[in-house]
Amino acid sequence: MAVKSSTVERLVGSYQAWATNGASRVPAWLKDLREGGITRFGDLGFPNMKQEAWRFTSVAPIAETAFELAYPPARVPSFAEIHPFLLGDSGHRLVFVNGFFQRSLSTPASDGVRLESLAQAIANEPDVVRRHLCKYAEFQDRPFCALNTAFVAEGAFVHVPAKVTVAEPIQLLFLTTGGKQVVTHPRNLVVIEREARAAIVETYASLEHDVYWTNAVTEITAGEGAWVDFHRVQRESPRAYHVAATQTHQGRDSTVNLHTVAFGGALARHDIGAVMAGPGGTLILNGLYLLAGAQHADHHTTIDHAADHCESHEYFNGVLDGHSRGVFTGRIIVRPGAQKTDSKQTNNNLLLSTGAHADSQPQLEIYADDVRCTHGSTVGPLDPRALFYLQSRGVGEHEARRLLTYGFAAEILGRMEVAQLRAQLDAIVRGRLAES
Amino acid sequence: MAKSALLEVKGLRAAVAGNEILKGVDLAIRDGEVHAIMGPNGSGKSTLAQVLAGHPAYTVLAGTAKYEGKDLLDMKPEERARAGVFLAFQYPVEIRGITNSYFLRSALNALRRERGEPELDPIDFLQFLEQKLQAIGWDDSMMNRPVNEGFSGGEKKRNEILQLAVLEPRLAILDETDSGLDIDALKTVAATVNQLRIPDRAFLIVTHYQRLLNYIKPDVVHVLADGRIVKTGGPELALELEAKGYDWLRDGVMVS
Repeated sequence: MAVKSSTVERLVGSYQAWATNGASRVPAWLKDLREGGITRFGDLGFPNMKQEAWRFTSVAPIAETAFELAYPPARVPSFAEIHPFLLGDSGHRLVFVNGFFQRSLSTPASDGVRLESLAQAIANEPDVVRRHLCKYAEFQDRPFCALNTAFVAEGAFVHVPAKVTVAEPIQLLFLTTGGKQVVTHPRNLVVIEREARAAIVETYASLEHDVYWTNAVTEITAGEGAWVDFHRVQRESPRAYHVAATQTHQGRDSTVNLHTVAFGGALARHDIGAVMAGPGGTLILNGLYLLAGAQHADHHTTIDHAADHCESHEYFNGVLDGHSRGVFTGRIIVRPGAQKTDSKQTNNNLLLSTGAHADSQPQLEIYADDVRCTHGSTVGPLDPRALFYLQSRGVGEHEARRLLTYGFAAEILGRMEVAQLRAQLDAIVRGRLAES
Repeated sequence: MAKSALLEVKGLRAAVAGNEILKGVDLAIRDGEVHAIMGPNGSGKSTLAQVLAGHPAYTVLAGTAKYEGKDLLDMKPEERARAGVFLAFQYPVEIRGITNSYFLRSALNALRRERGEPELDPIDFLQFLEQKLQAIGWDDSMMNRPVNEGFSGGEKKRNEILQLAVLEPRLAILDETDSGLDIDALKTVAATVNQLRIPDRAFLIVTHYQRLLNYIKPDVVHVLADGRIVKTGGPELALELEAKGYDWLRDGVMVS
């Protein structure tokens, strides 16, 4: 049984006030969607640790905090303030503060690419939005996704038409600021049509070290032969709660490279779902979590091989210091008929202190016989053999430890194609390791 | 004029996990000399190599090892390396996420700091590396891959020799560098080692087989059995061992 709490009732109440107030002038289909979301959330309530998908993660701190729905920021941050979260000065980007679109900080796209706020997109091209929105991120069993769906209103909309290649990475920045205990429900939709190519960087961050809650959902669909490099950077405040779902859906012969790094948040839960719906698809899930103090990060990934001749490679590395805890669940489903599936999963966890802890659970469900699926996971301190190897080359013990730890992170960052982002993340990693 | 020994080991006894492996080794290596240590499996060859490099799993029970007149056994592994001791590993270790190039630069800069020389930035290092590679006639295909990760057995051993060429030690210990190499790879490695033989560099080559010594001609050959050096001779001793095998050694005693 799911726990029902007064918080659930309060959230349902806040939905009703919101839906009947300013957010009421929306098309009927969207209203239905929201109603479906809040009804389901009301039924499910917050998850508890008796549920398999939440065995290692308690969301009590979220359920017990009286978050209020975010309101527009009292002050729009300056470009200088958001600059550290961007890739240089130029490039196409959408910036949201407390969930609200900031036109003055955003830059439009060109070449027929649509880059706008979801609210605008719902008004401007309801057909495309309606065709894809909430079609991939399933919420029947996911209370947070249901809650996000109830509050669908604002977020990023990216539409790359067929055969268009977007030269520069598209940046989506979500900032929370203002010092109040607010919740935002960003909802993002990325549609990459057939044979189109794009790189996208989605960043969640804060200008302060506040307590707030982000409950985000991003749906990404890649058409036939499309190529998407999607990067997700979670740099929330160290006191924030971050819950998110990223759902991809791939057509025939498409490629999705989904890179994710989690640096921030007191408590972070990220569900990644990938459906390989057409034959010949390629998927890379490449993730890093770098935690310290009492941080807790839970990555729950599901790769669904629904078609034949698809290839998926999943690499998740965790570097855990202090009393932090990393959870990784890697579920791989190979559907009947998904022959010639080639799937490889690895999860390596480096424990830098005796107080750190990692849980790693692979879950393979294979219903086809002509497939290749491998998985492996490790949890442990630095390899003493590697340490001696470095020392035997003249590298001092302290530096050797730092180098080996850095390697754990660098292995993941090295798979990212966007050099500017790689450099930015590399600097963050080095900074974090220098502190420890 | 007799040179003083670069490495002088006396009565060295060492244990791993409570088992005494080295039971009193005496050895003296002078500048420019190539010594081979041969012996059957379990005789303590690799232990000797590891103990000289400072592997923390081995405990020294007794004896001394002087390197350039200093107490080698009192130095940390990194201090030995900075002083010019190099061990080519029998089983080179994989290091995830760190490219060979980055690894080598970190190591070289650690040595340069010790010598009071300025550190090399990535660009200077690449130039330096190019020269080294050219000198030994190797390409840079291994440089941008993570250290030893996904390397074949032969590539791992070649990588050890490449490090030797870059780090320019004074005492190079090769621990079964020939094992797992096919004949072509063996020749390449041997040719490189021969090229790196210079008057102020000594080699200690640990090997089970005589094969490598066809290509790298040692000045001195030692036979290690049950933790002791039981016989020392010239290159002809290696041939004798090859012909007779190790069966004539029993309980560390020459019985023939």
